[in-house]
Amino acid sequence: MRNFLLARLLQAGLVAVVVGALCFVLMRVMPGDAAMRIAAGRYGPDARIAEAAKMVRLELGLDRPLVAQFLEWLGNLLRLDLGHSLVTGSPVIHELKVQLGASVWLAASALALSLLIGPVIGLFSGLKAGGAIDRLGLAGAVIFRAIPPFVLGLMLMLVFSKQLGWLPPAGFGSAREMLLPALTLALGLAAMSSRVMRNSVAAVARAPYFAFARYKGLPESVVVRRHGLRNAAIPVVSYIALQAVYLVEGVVVVESLFAYPGIGHALVHAVVERDIPMVQGTALAMGLMFVVIAAIVDLLTHWLDPRMRRMA
Amino acid sequence: MRTLRVLFTTVALSVAASLNPAHAEVLKVAGPWEITGIDPAQTGYVFSRLQVAETLVTANHEGEIVPALANRWSVSGDGLTWRFTLRENARFHDGMPVTGEAAAASLQRALAGVGVLAQAPIEDIASDGRDVVIRLTKPFSALPAYLVHFSTIVLAPSSFDAAGKVTQIVGSGPYKVKSLTAPARLELQASGGWWGGKPAIEEVSYLAVGQGETRALMAESGEVDLAFSMLPVSVDRLKANPRLDVQIATIPRTRILKLNAASPFFDQIEERQAISAAIDRAGITKVILRNPDLAATQLFPPAMKGWNSPDVQPLVRDVDKAKELLAAAGWRAGSDGILEKDGKRFSVTLLTYSSWPELPPIATALQAQLRQVGIEAKVSVGNSSEIPARHQDGTLEMGLISRLYSIVPDPVGTLLQDYGPGGSDWGSMGWDNKEIQSVVEQLAATSDAAARAPLQGRAVEILQQELPSIPVTWSELAIVSNKRVSGVQVDPLEVNYGLSAIRWAD
Repeated sequence: MRNFLLARLLQAGLVAVVVGALCFVLMRVMPGDAAMRIAAGRYGPDARIAEAAKMVRLELGLDRPLVAQFLEWLGNLLRLDLGHSLVTGSPVIHELKVQLGASVWLAASALALSLLIGPVIGLFSGLKAGGAIDRLGLAGAVIFRAIPPFVLGLMLMLVFSKQLGWLPPAGFGSAREMLLPALTLALGLAAMSSRVMRNSVAAVARAPYFAFARYKGLPESVVVRRHGLRNAAIPVVSYIALQAVYLVEGVVVVESLFAYPGIGHALVHAVVERDIPMVQGTALAMGLMFVVIAAIVDLLTHWLDPRMRRMA
Repeated sequence: MRTLRVLFTTVALSVAASLNPAHAEVLKVAGPWEITGIDPAQTGYVFSRLQVAETLVTANHEGEIVPALANRWSVSGDGLTWRFTLRENARFHDGMPVTGEAAAASLQRALAGVGVLAQAPIEDIASDGRDVVIRLTKPFSALPAYLVHFSTIVLAPSSFDAAGKVTQIVGSGPYKVKSLTAPARLELQASGGWWGGKPAIEEVSYLAVGQGETRALMAESGEVDLAFSMLPVSVDRLKANPRLDVQIATIPRTRILKLNAASPFFDQIEERQAISAAIDRAGITKVILRNPDLAATQLFPPAMKGWNSPDVQPLVRDVDKAKELLAAAGWRAGSDGILEKDGKRFSVTLLTYSSWPELPPIATALQAQLRQVGIEAKVSVGNSSEIPARHQDGTLEMGLISRLYSIVPDPVGTLLQDYGPGGSDWGSMGWDNKEIQSVVEQLAATSDAAARAPLQGRAVEILQQELPSIPVTWSELAIVSNKRVSGVQVDPLEVNYGLSAIRWAD
């Protein structure tokens, strides 16, 4: 266990340095004058940007050598100081707290919703592989996986906000506002997890131990609960780690669409405004989200699958 | 399975519980502006439009300067000393009275920053009892107009930290900040001590929603009572909705083609006039802006009294004339239909940006229209800061921009910048006209309407003749409100959205 945690910590540290360095280099090689962009980000497109840019350049020391600026960022990172946003002037860590909280909630709700939808459909599809439910499930999965999240989000807005008037199309602060963006992400996630669950349930249902449980005369619900669910869940849980990519990517799009002030939304703005500390901070937060999700998934599969524990 | 069932029920119940909208006493407002930081030079407009903070003077919907925190002002005989007397009953939200000293300190900070005050000929700002005294280096009649600008909002001493940085917005308006979750949400509450009386609605919640289409949906679904800056594509649909009111005002913002008059393509007046004659303004406004009345036949829209001149020749489309003018300037059609002169093809880059969603489609339309007279314009969509950057390094050829003439309510402020010596980021480039500079200087020095009228007419005439930048379309501001509320008014200058006058309709 201790080795496991150490390895994960090491991984997190590596992610931090690599992501930070990559962001820094990429933002620097982008065309255009950073001071001008920061000024436009701060003072808007009607301001006297050239004059403002002169002040920005002085204030932020953008003329200093790049290596010095990067080493400074790295030194600060070791002290857990992510610096200040170049546009708003407030500490990056402070902005991240608010945004990361919002995004984690959104991602967690989306994941929870998708687990309510996907595996349940997958379970019923897998128990009767090739049946009507299975075929419907497949059609649904193909459709929801093929539609890009922003189109799906717009469609949900049109149906639930405009036609039915049940849910707000934008905003944040309560579960009502969270539902549409979370559902947008959840449908895409569920499309995949339902198929993974279906295949693994179908495989379990064909396994001899499952057949034996039925011969013993156990009721179907008990058979599924005792011999089916846990075995079938292992691939689904492993698959969640892969879904994290879809989730983090989806968060960026969905947050912009639903005016939801999370990490993705902040990242888009920071890139446009050349707010390097914010880009580094948000990218870092996203990178660490991957590490954390992967660690949780490892622990879960460990707990689900006794064979892994014997090997460890 | 049982745990799943329990989980599902809990989720379903909590969702159902949260589906009941919060109590309807809060006025819900959505707008496009995000609150990035709270420095007045950056986001002061959010706090002035939502009536959290006030300036010394303000502008009414006709653009006249009217009292705000100061209820009277005067200027010395030599035009160098202005005195603004503060009203006696104004208080900041922390309970402190708005004194001359506090107001002067707040303005001194604005003067040292990036706001508009730095552009006025100000010697110093001091206080004298209940007066704020501003001394100038030369007479400047537009000073009160500059004090309408949001970067000059007067904040209480408790807004600043020891280093003079703004850490919270403690203003003097009818609403005070209850909570701010940057960049998207701002909760306001009636402050209780406003000199103008008590607002009808106690609480306001502002949400920043960048996507115009999302704002329209929020208005349609009744999630917001008021939404600002609607896109032309949504306006027709919103107008047809029986539960909504849509109000539209022409605002002093013109979309113009900024030309580099020093480049070999635009250095002759005939070339610039030809570009103007090639533009199908009626088509662009009808299709993209859904309102043919926005075709800019001159720089300033009719709503700007004194600046829209009935005497100038309106800018209209005339393809044959455009071709004649180009021929007169020495351009001949090449083998591929693109004009040539001295072995140089008439091929330029048209730079624009997407901060305003309508600019890229307009640029594309212009590209097609210019092609008809033999000009190749390559459209490039970038970040708004590229226009000033390319102005500075001299590489800009043509830019489609959206220019606001009410940054201060008197357009002289903007004209001084845009058409002064050397031009400006958002104004002329490579075009130096001594007459307009002297006309605008004279305008800035006098506030006598009778003396100003002929000068205004002349300034408009020069710009219409010379076309250092070519007007394409005017702009409008559309706001949509739910019939639940009444008293909504649209402010063409976008200084103050008048929330304190809004009430629940019975």
